[in-house]
Amino acid sequence: MTDQASASSSAYNEGVIRLLVIATMFWGVAAFLVGVLIALQLAYPVLNLDLEWFSFGRVRPLHTSGAIFGFGGNALIATSFYVVQRTGRTTLFGGETLAGFVFVGYQLFLVMAGVGYLLGITQGREYAEPEWYVDLWLTLVWVVYLLVFLGTTVAMLHIVNALALPVSWTGTKSYSLFSGVQDALTQWWYGHNAVGFFLTAGFLGIMYYFIPKQAERPVYSYRLSIIHFWSIIFLYIWAGPHHLFYTSLPDWAQTLGMTFSVMLWMPSWGGMINGIMTLSGAWDKLRTDPVLRFLVVSVAFYGMSTFEGPLMSVKPVNALSHWTDWTVGHTHSGALGCSARSISWCPSCGGARGSIPSVWSAFTSGSRPSASCSTSRPCGSRASCKA
Amino acid sequence: METLQAIAEALRPFWGLWLMGLFLAIVAWALWPKRKAEMEQHARIPLRDDDGEM
Amino acid sequence: MFSHSKIEQNVILMLVLILITVSIGGLVEIVPLYTVESTIERVEGVRPYTPLELRGRDIYIREGCYLCHSQQVRPFRDEVERYGHYSLAAESMYDHPFQWGSKRTGPDLARVGGKYSNEWHAAHMADPRSVVPESIMPAYGFMLDRPLEAADIAERLETNRAVGVPYSDEMIENAAADLEAQADPEADTDDLLARYPKAAVGDFDGNPALLSEMDAMVAYMQILGRMVDFTDVKPEDLRQ
Repeated sequence: MTDQASASSSAYNEGVIRLLVIATMFWGVAAFLVGVLIALQLAYPVLNLDLEWFSFGRVRPLHTSGAIFGFGGNALIATSFYVVQRTGRTTLFGGETLAGFVFVGYQLFLVMAGVGYLLGITQGREYAEPEWYVDLWLTLVWVVYLLVFLGTTVAMLHIVNALALPVSWTGTKSYSLFSGVQDALTQWWYGHNAVGFFLTAGFLGIMYYFIPKQAERPVYSYRLSIIHFWSIIFLYIWAGPHHLFYTSLPDWAQTLGMTFSVMLWMPSWGGMINGIMTLSGAWDKLRTDPVLRFLVVSVAFYGMSTFEGPLMSVKPVNALSHWTDWTVGHTHSGALGCSARSISWCPSCGGARGSIPSVWSAFTSGSRPSASCSTSRPCGSRASCKA
Repeated sequence: METLQAIAEALRPFWGLWLMGLFLAIVAWALWPKRKAEMEQHARIPLRDDDGEM
Repeated sequence: MFSHSKIEQNVILMLVLILITVSIGGLVEIVPLYTVESTIERVEGVRPYTPLELRGRDIYIREGCYLCHSQQVRPFRDEVERYGHYSLAAESMYDHPFQWGSKRTGPDLARVGGKYSNEWHAAHMADPRSVVPESIMPAYGFMLDRPLEAADIAERLETNRAVGVPYSDEMIENAAADLEAQADPEADTDDLLARYPKAAVGDFDGNPALLSEMDAMVAYMQILGRMVDFTDVKPEDLRQ
């Protein structure tokens, strides 16, 4: 710890990023395996084993939360810590201690939530299943994260959606503050924005940093990125009702949701075009750079799912697709095709900065790596340019 | 809640205009010719780490 | 001069701008739904759940039933012919949280109440393939043997009241008694039915000796979609 602390005074905080990368991989593999299990349970119901804590209904939130919050969340925290230090040319606020608390706290949140699901402790609202005590803890972790990073919208979304009143402070059961229609819209306002901001905007951020970096080209159009980023932020907020077409939600809200969802198509493709055009003049790198290949496929999937999304948000199309596996497929093409592939920067920082190899040696030898980015990057030059 | 409803009702007739105005402002701001150089500089932010200049 | 780099370098300013942006959407879209007169249809009959139904609903949520079953009939001919009248906002106004669902791996349950017998439900949940051979639903046999935990039932009603469900003092006082009476074929259920019209009463799980989780689940199934009597609903009542 001491050498880490001394290293961090002259270079970026990388220890916590390595841990977050390991956690990303762990939760990713866990969530995918659980996904395979529940898919098999759907085909062969005998695999529910007639055990209550092993049945589909309790295991599925483990898959979704594991993928979104375990895999995606850890990746985003890692990326934000990684990028914010490099673009800001500074170490993390609060150093390894605060960032370490975010790491430990976030893993604890995931474990508490997951164990709760298997025990049947759930709010019963999709992507917001964790009960009130888990939400309280997560809020604390987010606040510390904000302290470290100061800049995410997700914390507010989470606080709104965690408005549930516990039956007793010693029990685990709560009843949501809102009911019926209002609960449905707040739920999907959250549910949609959890996916929208968490998986889309966050991973777009990854793309805008790592594609130029890997391609060694500047962003194709910074102006386009400003326009489409703010357009996405504005429009996304309104799109939640597309999860509630033809339900008891009043028609005006449905129409609003459809209009904004279709409008989202354009700024989303703005992002895709910007990502792909950044590669113009550097396409030959695809032959030699596997990370860039992943990133390009990720952007391609981003383009496909952000076309499919608005398409499914057209009410007559939704009449057909709602309640079906089409929605499930759409989620997976976005989450696996786009988000998961964009995490390929993890080996990229491993390749260029030696984090994965040094993480691995720490893993096998049981000791922390002595200094960050020791293998291929000259830390001294960065330290000197900081001064 | 009462105030929230009042705010929401006051905003409601104008949200389309408001969003459109905001969008046009962002577009105009981003495309303003004077900012071309600055924007091109910003496009290099991800590369800054490599070239050693601050 | 205004510059975007100021926003990027001043993360607090950026956060504030994003929050304002987010809030406008939330305000204009979510807040109007709370003007209940324009959102909830004017129909009669929707009442709070009985203590037993409420416990059944808790179990429904605990087991994640909403991940495969919707509770929302859309206004399409195929759905209305299969399930019954399309769902109204009024019908879930006391649902904390809502359970409309997002996926129909199994059928919609918004109007399942009264469609099957108690025996069918108990057999189906204990061993789905014994009554529907092609079913892929997990089996919930343990519910038959597990005594229903309900020591805190009055607190559960009070918590629901705190978030807006109109449970009366009388309902809360009698919560424990009502819970027992609803599943007891010997009990006098007149008071219960006066408080909670249309509640299904009697033994639900085929074992009158034990008040099991299955009793609660089946009691909940049997009230779904039955509260509103659609024979005396006029079109203008349905306007939102």
